[in-house]
Amino acid sequence: MLERKPVIFLLLATVVILIGTIVTMIAPFKWINDPKLKIAEVKPYTPLQLEGRDIYIREGCNNCHTQTVRPLLADVDRYGDYSKAGEFVYDQPFLWGSRRTGPDLARIGGKYPDSWHYKHMADPQSMIPKSNMPKYAFLQKPLDTSLTEKKMKALNFPYVQADIAAVQGKSELDAIVAYMQKLGNDIPWRKAAQAAVIGDLKNPYLEDKTVIPEGKVIYDKDCAQCHGKDLMGDIGPGLADLDKPDADVFKTIYTGIIAGGMPAFGDQLGKDRVWKVVTFIKSTQRK
Amino acid sequence: MSQQEGYADDVVKGFIASSILWGAVAVLVGVLISFQLVFPQLNLPPYLTYGRLRPIHTNAGIFGFGIGSFMAFFFYIVQRLTKTRLWSPGLAKFQLWLFNVVIVLAAVTLAMGFTRSKEYAELEWPVALLVVILWVIFSANVIMTIIKRKEEQMYISLWYIMATLVGVAVLYLVNNAGIPVSLFKSYSAYAGANDANVQWWYGHNAVAMVLTTPPLAIFYYYLPKATGVPIYSHRMGIIAFWSLIFMYLWTGAHHLLWTPVPDWVQTLAMAFSVMLIAPSWGAVFNGYFSMNGQWHQMRENYLVKFLVFGITFYGLQTLQGPSQAVRTFSAFIHYTDWVPGHVHMGTMGWVSLTLFAAIYYTIPRLYGREIYSIGLANLHFWLAVIGQLIFSISMWVAGVQQATMLHATNSDGSLHYSFMETFIELYPYWHIRAVGGVIYLISVLVFVYNIVKTITSGEPAQSAVKA
Ligand code: HEC
Ligand code: HEC
Ligand code: HEM
Ligand code: HEM
Repeated sequence: MLERKPVIFLLLATVVILIGTIVTMIAPFKWINDPKLKIAEVKPYTPLQLEGRDIYIREGCNNCHTQTVRPLLADVDRYGDYSKAGEFVYDQPFLWGSRRTGPDLARIGGKYPDSWHYKHMADPQSMIPKSNMPKYAFLQKPLDTSLTEKKMKALNFPYVQADIAAVQGKSELDAIVAYMQKLGNDIPWRKAAQAAVIGDLKNPYLEDKTVIPEGKVIYDKDCAQCHGKDLMGDIGPGLADLDKPDADVFKTIYTGIIAGGMPAFGDQLGKDRVWKVVTFIKSTQRK
Repeated sequence: MSQQEGYADDVVKGFIASSILWGAVAVLVGVLISFQLVFPQLNLPPYLTYGRLRPIHTNAGIFGFGIGSFMAFFFYIVQRLTKTRLWSPGLAKFQLWLFNVVIVLAAVTLAMGFTRSKEYAELEWPVALLVVILWVIFSANVIMTIIKRKEEQMYISLWYIMATLVGVAVLYLVNNAGIPVSLFKSYSAYAGANDANVQWWYGHNAVAMVLTTPPLAIFYYYLPKATGVPIYSHRMGIIAFWSLIFMYLWTGAHHLLWTPVPDWVQTLAMAFSVMLIAPSWGAVFNGYFSMNGQWHQMRENYLVKFLVFGITFYGLQTLQGPSQAVRTFSAFIHYTDWVPGHVHMGTMGWVSLTLFAAIYYTIPRLYGREIYSIGLANLHFWLAVIGQLIFSISMWVAGVQQATMLHATNSDGSLHYSFMETFIELYPYWHIRAVGGVIYLISVLVFVYNIVKTITSGEPAQSAVKA
């Protein structure tokens, strides 16, 4: 039998291996490339974004960061709208990753202002003291652009000479920040996901000073990185003398200011904790 | 020692030495990256950051240690099972040389940031091309030896060996297809969800064709050698073999549950992963039943201890794996530390323990010397098992804890914890894991010492040491 026929054995083993391969690896190409899954807003990478993506690959950021949001509450509330096949058609290779040592980055685009990224990439611990992300200050060096045009051609991405010229003189850090800001931002999910504030906006802690320390803890953890340790401002404006009604402040924090670089904290903190931060911020002024 | 003559064994010695070297490097880098996660200041940019070192760790482990040993033992086993001298010892010598060049090139290029980023297929195209050449000459040598064999019957180990040769070839060629832009840069030939599906078809079957079938080939050969009694059932081995290589290829998408890959591909992967328990446990039972009436050897024979613990970890691994492939459980533990816990029970438990046993058995026979110290071999065993258990158990607990926190919600439906709140809880576990890693590293150093002493100053072999 087969125990005596190595060549036939090898052929048979190959056939056996190929059955599952054809069904689960080759056939799905047809399903994944279904024109119905195309998303018109999703655009190829610009030369600068592509160079940034290549630095992401070079530095192995994918060993700590994933780039797919799953349709699960814990993912969607934390990272944004779940990922769709059509969003990845220009990703060669895909960068979904397998381990979330750091947070998912599929929808990092537009979450923070550029200045946040520059500061964070150079020294993550200066903003998030307990982070274990390596410092990438060394990316502050001129971008090697000798292959940029060749890369755009290899991937069949559209470009004009002005795009290529625009890359000259940029740093590697510029490129990676440009890439970060593009991620997941082609579809207008932030607007769609913006939590509508319902119910009447009355601060339940208006007369309650006991929640101020708790509000400060939340502030130090989630806000100080941008608004400064003493509310004096840094990437975001100072909040020390914020002279606005509680309801407005609440709305700003809950739904964010997308265009201005102020992230929305509604899903992450919930109403109750947002009110506590509001109470803390306002307490510094009421004093 | 007369049986040894006529076999091309120098190259086996060379591959064993190389694989031990790269195995030690893999473990050392593993310890380094586990400390980098706790003390980020240990990242030394640009070459020695976590992002560049982690792939060096996995490649040194899987290719340097794993494949290096498999090359050694395939040559050793095939010659003996076929009673035939290697088809081309010259080619094998070239292969040994090329193998070490490739591993060095892999480490250097990865440190320099030349990577394709796809897990276990990171090597840029010129290095990947050398890997292909390496595999072709390796396969040719093994297959030609089998074809001109003097022993007609092919023992089960040879089946696993041949499946490995074709399996790896198909996987590697397809997943490495790319578009080069320069000597050090290429893009994947596939995009997005296609690329993901190809990658994990490859990734999971790297587990099948590198971390399962070759150690099984070795296990089936060395268990009877170590115990002195034949394997329980050749027939059971054969049924398990065909179902194993059939089913594995359907399961890649269990790494992609809840992603944009089509649902039906995920569902098939889930179903076949659960079915895989049967052939996997076929091998485990075959091992256990072969021990019938021989269990006393667990106390007396250190080789048996390595092999039986190895197959036991394989059994646990192939129960845990299918549970991770179930959508609901995956939603929970995917992306967390649970998975490195799973990975290292397989690599530090099953694969490594089996290879250690094979090396302990083979070295005295190749050099005609008794093992230097059985006491040290026992010490090696216990340190390795303890180090591995500390690693895996701490990571499972860490994974479950982080998953629980990530999914916790408040009464108003908002999330209870921010990412960072879940993250800082991991530090204690990462400390414990690093300690487990150090213990394992010590076990490896004990092992290396024992092997070196055996070769340089072991007692000349008694008649008990026969091929
Ligand atoms: C050792 C693992 C590790 C590596 C490697 C790593 N990161 Fe991070 N990253 C983290 C962790 C942990 C956090 C969360 C804490 C923080 O913001 O620093 C994070 C946060 C981030 C964030 C902010 C995400 C958010 O939603 O707040 C960005 C952006 C980011 N990383 C980009 C990168 C890039 C780009 C690279 C590669 C150049 C990289 N990271 C490499 C671990 C890592
Ligand atoms: C990534 C940086 C960043 C973080 C983190 C951040 N903010 Fe902001 N925030 C900004 C920026 C930038 C603006 C200015 C937006 C604009 O006006 O266009 C802003 C604006 C605001 C405003 C409105 C100020 C005004 O003058 O009307 C409030 C209130 C505020 N942030 C509160 C918070 C609180 C509370 C937190 C923590 C829960 C927080 N922010 C976290 C960047 C940040
Ligand atoms: C002392 C021993 C070891 C230590 C300390 C160690 C440490 C580590 C660490 C810290 C990671 C990263 C985990 C993460 O992403 O969170 C890792 C990943 C990995 N290691 Fe090890 N390792 C050891 C031994 C080995 C060996 C011997 C092998 C292979 C033969 C191996 C194979 C792998 C693989 C395949 C991964 C990738 C896992 C994944 O993607 O989930 N390791 N290891
Ligand atoms: C029936 C057998 C097995 C099944 C069904 C299985 C299933 C799985 C699943 C579902 C994952 C993905 C976990 C996640 O990311 O959520 C995984 C990861 C992994 N398994 Fe297994 N497993 C099996 C056996 C093994 C064995 C024997 C090994 C040997 C070492 C192994 C090594 C790995 C590795 C290295 C990974 C990590 C891949 C990565 O993310 O980089 N598995 N396994």
